[in-house]
Amino acid sequence: MMSHNTTNDNDQAVAVRDVYKSYGDVMALRDMSLDFPRGQLTSLLGPSGCGKTTLLKIIAGLLSADSGEITVNGHPITGPGPDRAFVFQDFALLPWATVLRNVAFGLELRGVAKSEREAIAEKYITDVGLRGFENKHPHQLSGGMRQRVGLARALSVDAQVLLMDEPFAAVDEQTRRKFQEDLLNLVKHENKTFIFVTHSIEEAVYVSDQVAILLPRPSRVSEIIRPEGFRHKDADSIRRDSEYLDIVDRIWASLRTYVE
Amino acid sequence: MKIFGYQLPSLTSLILWGILWEIAGQLKLTFFLPPLSAIFSTLMEIGTSRVFLKALTETGYAFFAGTFLAIVIGIPVGILMGKSRLIDELLLPWVNMFLSAPLTALVPVMMVLFGFGMKAIILTTTMFAIWIIVLNSRAGVMHINRSLIEMARSFGATPMDAFVKVYFWAALPEILSGVRIGFIRGVKGVIIGQLLISIVGFGALFELYSGQFMMKHFWAVLIVLFSISFTIAEFLSHLERKVAYYAAQR
Amino acid sequence: MMRYRSYLLTFLSACIVFGSWEIAGRIPVSYAFPTFLETIAAFWTLLKNGTMFVAYFETLKPLVVGVLISSFVGVGIGLAIGLSRMSDWLLSPIFVVMQTAPLAALIPLLVMIYGIGLTSKVAVVIIMAMPVIVLNTGGAVRNTPVSIVEMAQSFLGTRRDVIFKIILPAASPIIFAGLRLGVSAGFIGAILAELKITPTGVGDIITYSRSIADYPSMYAAIMSIILLAVIFLNVLERIENFLFKGAKHVYASD
Ligand SMILES: Nc1ncnc2c1ncn2[C@@H]1O[C@H](COP(=O)(O)OP(=O)(O)O)[C@@H](O)[C@H]1O
Ligand SMILES: [Mg+2]
Repeated sequence: MMSHNTTNDNDQAVAVRDVYKSYGDVMALRDMSLDFPRGQLTSLLGPSGCGKTTLLKIIAGLLSADSGEITVNGHPITGPGPDRAFVFQDFALLPWATVLRNVAFGLELRGVAKSEREAIAEKYITDVGLRGFENKHPHQLSGGMRQRVGLARALSVDAQVLLMDEPFAAVDEQTRRKFQEDLLNLVKHENKTFIFVTHSIEEAVYVSDQVAILLPRPSRVSEIIRPEGFRHKDADSIRRDSEYLDIVDRIWASLRTYVE
Repeated sequence: MKIFGYQLPSLTSLILWGILWEIAGQLKLTFFLPPLSAIFSTLMEIGTSRVFLKALTETGYAFFAGTFLAIVIGIPVGILMGKSRLIDELLLPWVNMFLSAPLTALVPVMMVLFGFGMKAIILTTTMFAIWIIVLNSRAGVMHINRSLIEMARSFGATPMDAFVKVYFWAALPEILSGVRIGFIRGVKGVIIGQLLISIVGFGALFELYSGQFMMKHFWAVLIVLFSISFTIAEFLSHLERKVAYYAAQR
Repeated sequence: MMRYRSYLLTFLSACIVFGSWEIAGRIPVSYAFPTFLETIAAFWTLLKNGTMFVAYFETLKPLVVGVLISSFVGVGIGLAIGLSRMSDWLLSPIFVVMQTAPLAALIPLLVMIYGIGLTSKVAVVIIMAMPVIVLNTGGAVRNTPVSIVEMAQSFLGTRRDVIFKIILPAASPIIFAGLRLGVSAGFIGAILAELKITPTGVGDIITYSRSIADYPSMYAAIMSIILLAVIFLNVLERIENFLFKGAKHVYASD
């Protein structure tokens, strides 16, 4: 889709300009500006409390900025919209609903007819590897499976931008690695823009086309790194790639001063 | 609730209700609702009268004696239940039953067994207050971290030491919340006792004032009683919050 | 063996309690303390000659009416409290005070206003049952997990969607528990009304048999109402566990 009133924002799916946000007298974001290239995955990496969730919720339209502008495809946002879908850290599943209804819930809220939305949900349930669990309830699933439900729900509304707030923080390490590989495939095959919050340096470097390093309050972008050299490699060899390891070290060096 | 960006404390709406009450009273909407100001001036009058002070001491005595019994029996029994599976399984069904049973029905039994006097009222109060205290003390003990108990054992604590120095303190947050609810139930018990068993204390005042249609007096006593029970409850929940800091990390 | 341990112990403990009751009654510890078997016999007689059924019809009338009214009104007020800060500020304090206050003291006033008929008894049941229903509903609605509300908003749910598809289902286990506690308080109210206002129904059996010193019948009537309440509340609790199984331990971000 081409936007009319912008020139170089064409290849930026989301643009954040001069955003300020405070909670009472705690200033969470100060003069934050950041671009998110279309079709790529951008990580927000930083110590906890630095405002990553705040930024993500502002982009999602769940919070409003004190000042500044956020545009999606060149259009300023005013609230949640069909162009963005959120994946929550604590999954945010409905405990009383089955996997099928949970996955279809985004479509349900958009008024899609039951048979249609369930057909779409079925497809994504299969895609994330949960076929056969359609009629289970969240409490019958493991943490990793629950997050797959959350992911399938976000995918099924077919938004162009996927906002993920530490989506793998609450799953165990093995599942997490599997998720990271799946995520790489997803970025490659779905033509979507991903905004991915994490506090794990390895994870950020592993999955991202672009890593934005945020420093603590009031948060600002200290550095943008584009780990491009190893993107074409297969999932396994990335973790042993020397450029990958270098970047991880470099980021740690610049962050360690902020961690007591 | 915010007005002009200013956060109104909770309970301040009671002032608004008081004003509405005053207006309704001044308008003489109903005989049963005299103006609040008239009620307060009546309160000033009777607040120091012999009758009122006698009612207050009678009720206070029955209440404190009853809840005291409930506490000194309830806490040890609850701790024992939490410690010993056999005792727990023998007692738990009864405790649960009395916790939700309509205890009012047992008040006539208290009357025929213990006479129509203070003794029956005190025991009624105990009966209302004790079950939740038992159950919460039990829950408190069951939440204790096992390693805390093993620590006490490994340092050679006697059972009595363990009971007083570990179990009681570790279970204190739950015990206190049981005592708070027990007190609230005790207030209800003492009033029910005074209305059903023998007409003494505040119960007698309510009967007297309603029988003679002295509405201002009736409301005055009611407001005193409700304020006292609310203050007790608030005080105890304040205490409870003070120990809540370690409830999370046992 | 282990599986039956708990049943066995319950049975054992019932034997101990009823056994000591029987012994205490035979000594007797008090002229007003019948034995367990006498009480059971009296219970059987009351049941057989139909007195019990007539009495319960009377007793349950104010209870059912009062509990129904408190449920509808109470859940309604609770929803308002949970959804709007204004009504929370305005209404919560009243029910918080009612919750801690000895409301039995209001009975003489209710009798003055409504007389000694059914209305007064219904009113007693309502003031007893309503506060816990209101406060539970309000608290449950207010404490709906923020993350699922935000989830619904981010997927473009309207206010209506959020209330009906998120808040109400999330709150329903606690609302139901509040209703159960309301029924429990309602039982207290119903019996209190019968003992204090005018003896009718079970309250009448209790009062009358006490006045003619027929203690077995008195104890039997008391036992029956306690049993009825306990069994009914137990059934409600089971329904609750069945309806909302699994619903409780999934909210926390585990
Ligand atoms: N609702 C809120 N009220 C007050 N302060 C908040 C609120 N949410 C976040 N904060 C504060 O804003 C800062 C940024 O928070 P957050 O965006 O959650 O950080 P992150 O996701 O990077 O850990 C933190 O210091 C946090 O304490
Ligand atoms: Mg965060």
